[in-house]
Amino acid sequence: MAILTRRALVKSGTALAAAGALTGPALLEWARAWAQNAPWKPEPGAQLSMLRWKYFVQSEDDAFVKILEAFTKATGVPVTVARESYEDVQPKASVAANTGAGPDLFWGLYSLPHLFPQKCLDVSDVADYLGKKYGGWVPTAVTYGKSGDKWIAVPIVYGGNMQNYRLEASKKAGFSKFPETTDAFLEYAKAMKKNNTPGGMALGHASGDGNGWTYWCLWAHGGNAVDKDDKVIINSPETAKALEYAKQLTDDMITGVASWNDASNNKAFLAGEVYWTNNGISIYVAAQKDPTKKQIAEDMDHAFWPVGPIGKPTELHLMYPILVMNYTKYPQASKALIAFMMEADQFNGWLEAAQGYLTHCLNAYDNNPVWTADPKRAPFRDAAKRSLTAGGLGSVGEKAATAIADFVILDMFANYCTGREDVKGSIAIAERQLKRIYR
Amino acid sequence: MAEATLRIAEDGRQAYGLSPGLQRLSSNRNWLGAWFMLPAAAFLLLFLAYPLALGIWLSFTDARIGRAGQFIGTENYEWLWDDATFRLSVFNTILYTVVASVIKFAVGLYLALLLNHNLPLKAIIRAVVLIPFIVPTVLSAIAFWWLYDAQFSIISWSLRQLHLISSNIDFLGDPWNARWSVIFANIWRGVPFVAITLLAGLQTVPPSLYEAATIDGATRWQIFRHVTYPLLTPIIAVVMTFSVLFTFTDFQLIWTLTRGGPVNATHLMATLSYQRAIGGGYLGEGAAIATAMIPFLLAAILISWFGLQRRTWQQGESND
Repeated sequence: MAILTRRALVKSGTALAAAGALTGPALLEWARAWAQNAPWKPEPGAQLSMLRWKYFVQSEDDAFVKILEAFTKATGVPVTVARESYEDVQPKASVAANTGAGPDLFWGLYSLPHLFPQKCLDVSDVADYLGKKYGGWVPTAVTYGKSGDKWIAVPIVYGGNMQNYRLEASKKAGFSKFPETTDAFLEYAKAMKKNNTPGGMALGHASGDGNGWTYWCLWAHGGNAVDKDDKVIINSPETAKALEYAKQLTDDMITGVASWNDASNNKAFLAGEVYWTNNGISIYVAAQKDPTKKQIAEDMDHAFWPVGPIGKPTELHLMYPILVMNYTKYPQASKALIAFMMEADQFNGWLEAAQGYLTHCLNAYDNNPVWTADPKRAPFRDAAKRSLTAGGLGSVGEKAATAIADFVILDMFANYCTGREDVKGSIAIAERQLKRIYR
Repeated sequence: MAEATLRIAEDGRQAYGLSPGLQRLSSNRNWLGAWFMLPAAAFLLLFLAYPLALGIWLSFTDARIGRAGQFIGTENYEWLWDDATFRLSVFNTILYTVVASVIKFAVGLYLALLLNHNLPLKAIIRAVVLIPFIVPTVLSAIAFWWLYDAQFSIISWSLRQLHLISSNIDFLGDPWNARWSVIFANIWRGVPFVAITLLAGLQTVPPSLYEAATIDGATRWQIFRHVTYPLLTPIIAVVMTFSVLFTFTDFQLIWTLTRGGPVNATHLMATLSYQRAIGGGYLGEGAAIATAMIPFLLAAILISWFGLQRRTWQQGESND
């Protein structure tokens, strides 16, 4: 019953969002014209298949499917899409890369293309075309997209991961806005817990939320897994400080965060069990769509991550790059599809439909109304500009991807925060693993 | 019977005019046997031996996903030997297997003995017992995930309503709680298999033996110890081998419930192998972890083999 209602609401929401962009025949006309002028002409008889991460906001996927349909009508190239939980795209892509068979395009997470750079089609022409046309790429997107001097993937969007917090409870704890420094954040967590309105962030194997906050914590205190030459430097006083800080912070969180996965904090926040957490905009969107959760949507807001002793933002947001496998029989069609998706006439409507879940990494889209229509979405606009890359100071290649996938940093924090290891032991385990990964 | 068939086949071939050499070959029983075994052998080689050999080979290389590796000898194993997470996963796997298997056996045997009695609605009760085994593992794991949730656990909620506890039980967030929780879920799922199979075994015990024992004045315990149990040993050997193998190689339950967390406290060798090989991309290291499971599995199979040996002895034949 509740699902039906939500669905219906989402659908109507999409219609509203799409009204601003091109629709119906106009869209088709535009798409046909685009196909005629585009630098990439699909091969005759081309058909594409894509594996994408499973959407978090239904309206985003609806808009995405519309774009694909328009592409098919304009070019005659059918596109089939399969969706997998975002953690499962990587193993599938890895197997496809290894065996040389599978979907033509993979739209995955972080540095997925850097796991097998030599298996990715060179898409430099698409990236250059888009960059020139739309105000350039944000610097971290270039880092994610390029391997050497060629682009092996097109960075489509960031998935912002910001602080979510309840207004009323925060005010009661003495904070009219979310703390902006790590010290204030500690006080905030303490005060919130004291008022029986605690927060929590995942310390279980949660690829998005768990990695997001532990990397933030490490970097905020000046700790780093590796330096710019990929030399392991995790064993440092800064890392120890970060661990001490995280321990204090987790002590003031709700119990059970060590078991949390990516979905746990959404459930707990929407049920009014936790009052601050780190997440994408999906909690807010879900709260808006569900009539029984309206009050939570009104009483919550988003904020940037507090800045630590090093004095600048150290956020890690999800990056969703799309790559084309070089075994594809239809490289031109694949490139055309990517370029088509990212053109303003498609992308603007899509961004709006995503309701803040997706953040562009082409500067020209800063002006999309999605960021101004609802001020509570505003922090997410800057996700791409504030994000560091998964490699930290080092390269964004397969080594960084392995460190994230194997939860090296997250486990280091969890080891110390749950009291399983002391500072030295936690760091030593992580250092040993990192040295092998970065050898 | 077989001889007659062969003779007929021979006559048929003569009629088709095969050369004498081929005739001799095709009428040779050993040769024929080899031919008939070929499809099965090919199947086993292709789908069992080859992947196994490939896995073992990969464990001696530094293969990564998308790239063939170099032979690096036992480097992966040396690395794992000193790897705290790997050692922990071995400990977890053994604990998980031993505790779950022993309890599954005890509860399963008890259930089987109960179900072997003449109960009202016997057929329905037997069917109901099988339910945990029928439900897809991932579905039951998701159900357990909710039962064990740090915030929404109905167990915690009920105990709180009864004022027995003041805060939620941290089922999956505390290392030892998490271990017992996943073991319990595994037991819940595995008991029906043991119970139903042992029940089948119980029904093959001839009633006349029980009658004889009763007439001799045996107590119920003596009947169980000296009649039921010895006759049940072969099936116990088989069922426990399977049970141990399934438990040792469990993956779905852990992956759905905890992903190996908290802080690797529930990582089994199978889940760690997957995380390192597929998640992290280190195929060689993942293969080494998987290969390290083989000695344990072999031990379990050997135990079953010796268990099965007793069967010939029980049937009154000499041991071979």
